[in-house]
Amino acid sequence: MAADARHTDPDWLDLDAGPVVRPYTVTGGRVRPASGFDLVAFVVAAPLDRVDLAPLQPEHRLIIEIAQRPVAVAELAARVDLALGVVRVLLSDLLSAGLVVSYEPQPATALPNHDILQAVVNGLRAL
Amino acid sequence: MDSVRSDRTGEGQHIPIALKILIAGGFGVGKTTLVGAVSEIRPLQTEEVLSSVSEGTDDVSGVESKTTTTVAMDFGRITINEDLQVYLFGTPGQDRFWFLWDELAFGALGAVVLADTRRLADCFPSVDYFETRNTPFVVGVNCFDGLQRHSPDSVRNALDLDPDVPVLLCDARERQSGKDLLIALVEHVATRRDRVPAR
Repeated sequence: MAADARHTDPDWLDLDAGPVVRPYTVTGGRVRPASGFDLVAFVVAAPLDRVDLAPLQPEHRLIIEIAQRPVAVAELAARVDLALGVVRVLLSDLLSAGLVVSYEPQPATALPNHDILQAVVNGLRAL
Repeated sequence: MDSVRSDRTGEGQHIPIALKILIAGGFGVGKTTLVGAVSEIRPLQTEEVLSSVSEGTDDVSGVESKTTTTVAMDFGRITINEDLQVYLFGTPGQDRFWFLWDELAFGALGAVVLADTRRLADCFPSVDYFETRNTPFVVGVNCFDGLQRHSPDSVRNALDLDPDVPVLLCDARERQSGKDLLIALVEHVATRRDRVPAR
């Protein structure tokens, strides 16, 4: 019976079933961040001892914990295991609350200089 | 937006320079293998709201519920040193995810286009895309089974590439081979930069 089935353990559900909660539920349905957050922008959170974590959602807290050191937006999304768009909305919340700072990458036209490119080549050779 | 660009945060933490390199090519050509061979790889999910890509069409207008589609991309990081990080993004292989490419390509240093000579046409869209955007790229001809079926020059002709675009034979499973592709790309970017001064 359908009503009873709902109370039994959903043991048909395994990891392969994917997320049960729709991704934008944690953002309250908001899908657009207030600002950019490039894939390779770095974000840094305020030091943990200066943040009141109590009123924050678990996802916000997790981001603040990970971003104690500078972390790229794409890497942050991979580490919190949430979709990129969701993480951007959450970051936008934290930015407007003054809890993170974002360092956008240089504009596309500003190519890295020759020294940087040479350092990359040397670094790749040494890997 | 109170984003700033500086080398140090208020807490004295160092912000590295991030370089973005795309790994492109047709579906199943070995992009995931390549990213995994040269870097620590993580899956990155993107969740795209369908209504945002359907703007201008009538079929979803006025519909309250939004549909999202999940796209998993390969994402890898290579730490050159504490000041310099290279991020690799495997572009989604299927055509229906083209809308993701503009964001991926924005600000990218360049791209590696993987080609499979058995299905050379699969990499045409990638080549077209980077040529149109004037994004530097190299072509890696993935020799899956160690067999070299076509010379780099014949691939160059088949793809109608500019003479200066490097074409390399590679094996996406081999770390050294993947490194060679990335080195060729960065050197290609440096050469182009010397020839065409930045505006």
